Amino acid sequence: MQNPGCQPKFHVGQQVMIKDDAALGHCRTPQYVRGAAGRITSSIGHFRNPEDLAYGGSGLPASPLYWVEIKLSDIWTSYSEDATDSLLVEVFEHWLTHSPTHSDKRN
Amino acid sequence: MPHDHPHDHPVSRDHSEPRPAFAALLDQVLKVLDDKDILTTAQVTAQIEDMDGRTPTEGAKIIARCWDDPDYLDLARTDLQAAAGQVGIAMPAYPKFVLLDNTGDVHHVVVCTLCSCYPRPILGPPPVWYKSRNYRARVVVEPRDVLAEFGTTVPQDKKLQVVDSTADCRYLVLPERPAGSDGMTQEQLAGLVTRDSMIGVTRLNVPVT
Repeated sequence: MQNPGCQPKFHVGQQVMIKDDAALGHCRTPQYVRGAAGRITSSIGHFRNPEDLAYGGSGLPASPLYWVEIKLSDIWTSYSEDATDSLLVEVFEHWLTHSPTHSDKRN
Repeated sequence: MPHDHPHDHPVSRDHSEPRPAFAALLDQVLKVLDDKDILTTAQVTAQIEDMDGRTPTEGAKIIARCWDDPDYLDLARTDLQAAAGQVGIAMPAYPKFVLLDNTGDVHHVVVCTLCSCYPRPILGPPPVWYKSRNYRARVVVEPRDVLAEFGTTVPQDKKLQVVDSTADCRYLVLPERPAGSDGMTQEQLAGLVTRDSMIGVTRLNVPVT
């Protein structure tokens, strides 16, 4: 879905942090990646907001969706396999913030 | 149960097991939708039949052609919907379908930790293990151990990327073309491709004859 009025805030290669917010209802940001630092690998396009769609809303305006790559060792401190192993996850823009100052690791 | 109207069981289903409590609610919702002509019983049945009719054989055609036809591979990488259409798969406009190349440098494996998102138009309904809490919880924590349980060892110097299908994309893994498959026709190549290899939990070999 195209929505030229809403330009993506983040660019490919940018370091971002996934917000460690609580969701009051349906959302598509898994709990285990909240608070993690990652890197934008692609801007996928604009998609309707699932947090509004789930409750009968239009989901509009469509929101930028990104692929964010996160090292598995940045999500799980106990991850003992290859350090380059990673997770690729789709995250909506309103769940992302700039320039992480810390990585909220958990076991 | 006495029937006083024709809508008690709008969709054919297995009656050999006790029905869960929510099934009565589902029946009532379907009845209201049918009565109001919002979604008819015939439409629900047609959708179930369409989905049940799709199998990994469809996806295998895409993979075989990707291995055999560089122009088609380019198309599949940029527009998997269109590429699937070219091998005769009827595709919806939404969600977005994405090809993940497994190569000598990176191995992708797909999961939906939130529910069971899966490229159903291309592969049909997902296997039971794909929907299990065990697979969904563990493959993002200890992917190499989970893959080992499928008999798959990813070399330590190869990057493993777990792809969590969280929102609006559905993923099809392009497995590495197996050694020994040179000169095979697309039909023979398609015969090598398994469902699990297109999810990324296994790799492919040419069977020893």
